[in-house]
This record gives sequence, C-alpha cells and structure tokens, in this order.
Amino acid sequence: MTSSQSNRLDTGGLIDRSQPLNFRFDGKTFSGFQGDTLASALVANGVKLVGRSFKYHRPRGILTAGSEEPNALVELRTGARREPNTKATTAELYEGLDAASQNRWPSLAFDVMSVNQLFAPIFVAGFYYKTFMWPAKFWEAIYEPAIRRAAGLGRAAGVADPDHYDKAWAHCDVLIAGSGPSGLAAAVAAGRTGARVILCEEDFALGGRLLSDGGTIDGMPAADWLSRTQAELAAMPDVRIMTRTTLFGVYDGGTYGAVERINDHLPSPPEHQVRQRLWRIVAKRCVVAAGALERPIVFAGNDTPGVMMASAMRTYIARYAAAPARRVALFTNNEDGWRTVGAALGAGLQVAAVIDARAEISAEHRSLASKGGFPVLHGSVSGIDGGKNGVRKISVSLTGGARAEVEADGLAVSGGWNPAVGLTSYHRGRPKWRDDIAAFVPDGAPPGMVAAGAANGAFGLGACLREGFAAGAAAARDAGHGSGSGATPVADDEAFSLAPLWHVAGKGKAFVDQQHDVTASDIELAQREGFESVEHLKRYTTLGMATDQGKTSNVAGLAIMAAVNGKSIPETGTTIYRPPYVPVAIGAFAGHHRDENFHATRLTPSHHWAAEQGAIFVDTGLWKRAQWYPRTGEKDWLESVTREVKAVRGGVGFCDVSTLGKIDVHGADAGAFLDRVYINTFSNLAVGKARYGLMLREDGIVYDDGTTSRLAEDHYFLTTTTAKAGLVMQHLEFCRQVLFPELDVQLTSVSDQWAQFSIAGPRTRDLLKEIVDPSEDLSNEGFPFMGAREVALRGGIRARLFRISFSGEMAFEISVPARYGEAMARNLMIAGKPFGVTPYGTEALGVMRIEKGHVAGPELSGTTTAADLGLGKMMSTKKDFIGRVMAGREALVAADRQVVVGIKPIDKARRLRSGAHIIPKGETPGPDNDQGYVTSVCFSPTSDQWIGLALVERGRERIGEIVHAHDPLRGEDYDVEICNPVFYDPDGGRQRG
Amino acid sequence: MRITCPFCGERELGEFTYLGDAKPVRPAPGASQDEVYDYVYLRDNVAGAMEENWYHGGGCRAWLRVTRNTLTHEISSVEPAAGAGARQVVK
Repeated sequence: MTSSQSNRLDTGGLIDRSQPLNFRFDGKTFSGFQGDTLASALVANGVKLVGRSFKYHRPRGILTAGSEEPNALVELRTGARREPNTKATTAELYEGLDAASQNRWPSLAFDVMSVNQLFAPIFVAGFYYKTFMWPAKFWEAIYEPAIRRAAGLGRAAGVADPDHYDKAWAHCDVLIAGSGPSGLAAAVAAGRTGARVILCEEDFALGGRLLSDGGTIDGMPAADWLSRTQAELAAMPDVRIMTRTTLFGVYDGGTYGAVERINDHLPSPPEHQVRQRLWRIVAKRCVVAAGALERPIVFAGNDTPGVMMASAMRTYIARYAAAPARRVALFTNNEDGWRTVGAALGAGLQVAAVIDARAEISAEHRSLASKGGFPVLHGSVSGIDGGKNGVRKISVSLTGGARAEVEADGLAVSGGWNPAVGLTSYHRGRPKWRDDIAAFVPDGAPPGMVAAGAANGAFGLGACLREGFAAGAAAARDAGHGSGSGATPVADDEAFSLAPLWHVAGKGKAFVDQQHDVTASDIELAQREGFESVEHLKRYTTLGMATDQGKTSNVAGLAIMAAVNGKSIPETGTTIYRPPYVPVAIGAFAGHHRDENFHATRLTPSHHWAAEQGAIFVDTGLWKRAQWYPRTGEKDWLESVTREVKAVRGGVGFCDVSTLGKIDVHGADAGAFLDRVYINTFSNLAVGKARYGLMLREDGIVYDDGTTSRLAEDHYFLTTTTAKAGLVMQHLEFCRQVLFPELDVQLTSVSDQWAQFSIAGPRTRDLLKEIVDPSEDLSNEGFPFMGAREVALRGGIRARLFRISFSGEMAFEISVPARYGEAMARNLMIAGKPFGVTPYGTEALGVMRIEKGHVAGPELSGTTTAADLGLGKMMSTKKDFIGRVMAGREALVAADRQVVVGIKPIDKARRLRSGAHIIPKGETPGPDNDQGYVTSVCFSPTSDQWIGLALVERGRERIGEIVHAHDPLRGEDYDVEICNPVFYDPDGGRQRG
Repeated sequence: MRITCPFCGERELGEFTYLGDAKPVRPAPGASQDEVYDYVYLRDNVAGAMEENWYHGGGCRAWLRVTRNTLTHEISSVEPAAGAGARQVVK
C-alpha cells in the first residue's frame, strides 16, 4: 500500500473497511475499500485531477457521483478488456483495478494539448464547420485525422472483446425503475398484492438518495427502514430485484430494454459467465422512480477540479466516508443544497462559507451558520482561482454589487434538481415546465407507464414515499392484482425553496456541457448566428451530444438560450429524448450472436460424412455446403472441380442437394393453386411426373424456379431454390391465405424432413440398382425422364425418386427421410465403388449447370423476366397467374432487353470473370454503349476452355457476334463471342438416355 | 411491438414479418393493366389506423390482418386472413 487514503474519514460510510482493495490510476498504486467506486476511492486518496477535457484539454475533476458524470471518464482495464469513457463514478472498485485518465499527452499533469486553451477564442461553436471547409479534399487526408488525434475521449481496445454477453427476456406485471424511496415504496405496494414485480437499480446497492441523505421513515432511521424493506422484498417469491441494471429504453407494447452489468465489478467474468446481459422486459405496467439529477449553476471556472455537485459531495462524505475537500464552500440557490453543509460539519470538515443566491434563508440555516462559524454570503460565485490542483479561492459577487473572496479547496454547487424525464419521454413525449420547482416534469408517459417521486417532481422524502407507494399499488391493480398493499410508509417532507439561477456572468470560461466543452458564450454565439431552436443549438454547439447525453447540461443550456432569446424556458422547449439512457455496449446488443454464432448454421444431412471426406465448405445463406472434395496431390480447387465434373460426365457422381426448399402441397385444388403461382400449368401434370416451374413476382419479374412433381391426384411436391426456400413458403402462404382463400389446399414445409441427393452420370442406373429394391423398374420405359414416384430401397426404407437433371446427364434425385441422409451418402460410396462413384460439390454442380445453360441465382437477379431467361414460351396464355399482367408491360417486353446468352473467349486460354461489361467490339467503353454484363463463368472441362453466361442486349439475335468484355474493376479487356447458352449436349439426348 | 396472434397468443415483433397495406384487393383475372398496376404499386400513406398484412413466420405461419396506428404503433385489432388456419373438410 503506497497511499494512506489521506482523505478517508475515520468513521462512517457504507464501505467495508475490513476489505481493503489495491488499485492503480495512471500507473500509481492506491488503496480503497470494498463498497467504493473508483471515484470515491480517488476522492479518498485526495486525487482531484482525473482527466482532461475534450476540446480545450482543461484539467477536470469529479463532478457527480452517478451515471450523469461528464468529466471523470477513464479507460478501465487494460489489453483486450480496455474500455474507454468508463465513468469512474459508477465503476465499482475491485482488487487490482487498473484505470488511466484520458485525453492527455504525455501525462495528466503536463498535457501538451492544453495549449488549445490559448487558442480558445477560435475553438468556438461551429469551429469545425467554419474552419475545415476548404479545400474539400483536405478533409479526409489532413483535417479529420488531425482532429481525431487531438480530440476524442479514450482509446478503444483495438482487439476483439474476449468476454461473452447474453440476451434474455423477462415478463412481469409491474416493472419499477429505481430503488430510491419512491421505487422501494412502489415495489412493496405492488409486491404485497402478489403481483409479479421486477425492480431495476443501476447502482450495486438499493436505496438511491437514502444511502447518502438518510432521514426518518416510519419513525426509524432510513437505514433501518431500508434493510427492513429489502428483507420484506427478498421474501416475496414474485419480486425480482435486479441491481447493477439500468433500464435504458422504452419500446412499443410495454417492452423495455435493460442492461445488467453482471460481472463488471470483477476484474474479469468468472469462467463460463457472461459479463453483461441485455434484458428485454415485457411489463403490463411500469413505475418510473428514476429520481432526479442535481443541476449545476454555470459560472466562470465552474469546471475547476474541486467544484462538485452538492449532492455528490454529500454522497462521497456520507456513503463513502471520503472527503472531497478539507475546507468546503457551498454555492446554492435552493434549500436542498444546505444539506451538504450539515454533512460536511458532521464529518468534521470546515465550512468556509455558503454563497446563497436567494434573498432570504431560513432561521434554521442562519443558526447553523453561526454555530458552524461560517459566513452566509448573499450573491453568486463569479470566478474560481485554481487549476489542475483544484480550487484555491472563490470570487463572489454579492447582491448589491460588492465582491468577496472565499478561501476553500472544494466548492459544492446546487442549482436545483431536474427530474429524470428520459424514460417517460422516449415516445417523443415532451416534458412540461413547472414554475414552482423551476424544472421539467413528465407530461404523460408511454402507455402503461407512470412516473413517481422525484422523477415526477416530488422532491420531499414523504412525498416520494406516498407517490411511489400509490403508483405501485395502482400499477398492481391495473395489472389485475387486488388489494393488500398495506400502509403507506411515512416521512416528513423537507422544506422547498428555490430561486432559479442558471448562469452567472463573469470573466473566463463558464461551462455548460463539460464533456463536450460547450460554454455559455458558445450558446450566445449560436444564438447570434441564428441557431435559436434548441435542436439547432444542440447540433451546432454539440451541447448534450456526448456520452452523458447532457444529463447535467441540457436544461442549463436551454435556459441560457431562453434568456438570450428573451423567451421563457417552456417557450424554448426541450430537444427530443432518445434511448439509451446510458451508453450500452454493442456487445450486449449482439449477445452471443457474434463470430461463428452471428447467425444460425444449418448443416446438410451428409455434412459429417462430407467433413470426413475433407470437403471444403462454402456458406450459402445459413447453410454450409460442400464446395469441392480435394484429393491428395491436387494443386488447387480448379483441379478438384474439373476432376469431379469429368467423373460425373464419364461415370457417376452424387451431390447433396438437401438445401433446396421443399414444400408438400396437398388438397383437391392443389393443381389449380400451382397454376396460379407458376407461369406454366401444373393441373395437367400426370401423377408420377415432374415438371420445371417458374414463378414471377406480381410485378412481372422472375421470383424463383424449381421442379415440382405430382405424387398423387391431390399431392404435389414442390422445390424452391436454396436461397428463396423461406421466402417462397411465405409467398405461397400469402397466396393461399390472402389471395385465394377459396382454394382447398394446404402447404407443409418439409425442407428439413428430406435428405435429397442428385445422382448423375451415365452409370447412375448401375449405382441406383444397388440402392433401390430390385423390384423397382428403373429402365427408360419404367422410369422415363421427368418421372417421379415413391420407391422402396433395399432394406425397406421408402424414398422419393425423381428423374430430373441439372447436370445434363442421365440423372436421378433421391429423397430419403433426413435421418437417413448420412447413411445414404455412405451407402452411395460403398455401392458406387465398382463404378468409381465421385462425390461432387457445389462448384462442379455450378460448372455443369453453366455448361447446360441452366439459369441460377446470378441470372434470377430480381431484374430479369421469363423471356430474358429464354423461358418466355413457358408463360401460359390460357390462365391467370401471379405476375401475368405486369409482365406484359411495355418495358418488360421491349425488343432491346438484355437476355441470357452464352459467351466464350476468342483467346481460348483466357479466363473469364463475372461482372465484366459487354461493349460492342471496337468501341470505347462508356455508359452509353454498355450492353450488358457477364453473370456466370466457369472453366468447362467438357469444352476445355472458360465459358460463361451473360445478359446481353438483343443477345439472341447476335449469336456468333464478337463483342468486347470490359472489366475496369480488374483492369481486363478482351473479346468474346456470343453463343448459344447450352454448351453441352444441346438436344438433351444424354439426360433422356 | 407485440402482436396478439389469434392462434398463438401475444408474441413479440421478431416473430412476424411485415408486408404492408392490406387494403388493395388483387384484381380478378381479365383486369386491365392499369387496374393491376394500381394494385401492385399504389398505396395510401396513412397517418393513423391502417390495416396491414403481417406473417407469423416465427410461429403458426398464419397471415394476419393487423390494424395498427402508424403514429403510435397501437394495435387495435388482429384478424386471421380469410384462408388462415386449418380448413374445414367438407364431406
């Protein structure tokens, strides 16, 4: 222990003196106690300077004791867990805590950038807008990097967050935000009725201001009432108390967002535990008992370390037994500020003076002053003499014009209290102004929500208890729970008296928003330049736009704007309140959905077998599909894929195609239904036959394609592309339920129920005979091309067999219940060994479909019509179908549309690439002569050269024409010949064989 | 936002997919191109209560006709689409 906690009081506080904790701040070792925050431990060690400001690099100390803190922001932890802009006022102390001040170089005490203060006149509101406008190209290269180096608050860790975050749902009758007297009273009142209650408290301890200000409740000290109430709530099975949990947002339908900092108070989360959990809480009713925030008075030098909110000073003294100063002065405009005098005197600190802006003070306070031996000065603080080591002397403008000076090393300031109106205003609610307390209070709230206590402008302890209790009881009743709340806790109400004071004119910088270095004169300047609306003021000066969201600055800022505009504060109004109430880590929003768990992973039925084979997998949507199966000695993917294609074309291969969407269509009107969703006719398809189908969107553009088979009179089996499986199901359900409810048809998604394999190549039948029961006739007559029926497999499993071909070879697709998928792959390998069976992946599948000129995703691009794809003739003229009428629009049937054609390079050794533009040969490429683009390419082992498909203007009329492929992205230019898109077996003899 | 599905009960927004205005009715076969064009493209920009099509894809796969206030997100009614749910088998 290298420090003696010089400012720790000998007695008192809610710290555990039996548990000392060592911590480091800017490399220096200090000690504190369990129950401290980093801020209270720094206070206890006499540390006043904790950071440098954003713009002017001014020395800053600790202003508050809560989540509204604008100044005491540190980088907490080191390495991958380093977190910038952490509020020292809410960071709980733990053994070994390591924190560093921000925004200073090379050290906090000697900061080179503080020369910015000398240039202060130019760093005014709108400085960046005015200065860095010209020349425009300097912005990215010079201005922005320089500004980013000079400004900013803290450094991100720069490496992946090693911790885990969780997301969870909770449901309750009554949700309560805050555990001060109002929140606890609400929880008791609701909990006693048997209602399910969740109470969220940002702090690690329950009690709110009771922890600092004490008082008497039900005739007992507040601390006793607090422990009695905690015990009562803990005994209620349906009351859930969540500490370290901030309710940060209000969403529609009674949904609330909260973040629980489960393990932020430890050096790192214990093994297998998450660091934070994001809660979505659904509540029938919500009581906002979030309290109020004490507000500063703006005066010159009000950012000097040692100037602190009066209530925060009480908190450090009473709750943490840490003295922020030895000789304290108070500057207040209200009765409540005087409590700090009592706390300071009680802790044995000197009180130098009270500067009270009001004309009158109570007799009670007058006698306190005479007993305490300190003067009461009627007037305002107009300046501070001090620096990085804190306050030395306070200049006072006395009422009547005289001046006075007060020597003190700490100044407590109270400008009154602002109810925390954030949560009640998040549905664009605008709080209303109350003259009697000179503050904004909630004016209504989102459905189901009510504010109580200080959050509602009721500042007395008795009033908080009454309002909180009544709100809790009413919320429980509204949520369907009866009586039984019992008696309201009783306490006296403190006297309330306040003379509004926002800004004291004086020489020197007077800060409104300390986190963003916005001064009172910045606001006056903004007004002179025409930015009078509060929304403009905010954006022009950045007032309230820092991570503290202006909790201590917004109201003062708009009060100053109101004054210079000659308007009232309610006329000036507030900006829109938006969640989150406190910064929430992106990691908490992401939860476990990161890295490989960013989305779900779907594995094909044969995945594990394919992995054993050494398959390379590719992500297609959520699926992992085998892309190719490399073999020893193959030098690259192309060699493997070429081998696979040749093996299929020359023998037999198989491929898992289970990722296709599969839908069973049942019902008397199944055929009629399919006629309406496909461009071609299915009602006349014979049982036992399959047919290729194409669907349009209602706007006439191609939506999806696939093969659909008729397995019985009233049963079709429809397949979709892999990518559109879910969307086509949704579309078909829309057609069935909304557009055509009169049809007797039902849809069942069976994509996950069937494992489906394509088996292709001239020796397919030889292989299938080893798999399928010998009684099944697989001959060309017994099972012709486009046949589809259920068959028995050897061993008795029932399978669906389809004689369809994507590869252009003699091929079948076989479906077995998904649980047999892996066994099927293994059996195909065993049974196919004599025929050299070769598993092939999606690359070989793609090569063979391009060789056959089949369209796929790159051609079904959401811009193409059936005719563009060469499938225009499939469009039935004898029936209505989705997209029929719109497909006839002038531009969709224009003669110069880009249509699918084949292309091959003139230089046979050249590699093609998708995305190249098609330009007439001999012309300079430009937007005017861009006639299309290359959609799909592959190396065709069959043609022994690269081939491709392209969308080309009037392409079908231009077969044989040489055009230019222009690829500016890769810097390639070459000639290609337009050709028929079917490169392989154009008359289809092989697939029918 | 939470939607009370007539089949599944109250569920959160993430289970549903929004399609949009439920008012346009698909023209009968034989309608003119203009009529179909209006059906496909013309939508009212409603500030207030609006009937919308929502799909409970994360639940029962029913299409729902939801009346939602576009200003407040208040949902005043949720009805199943005409063809939603199991069809009664007529003997």
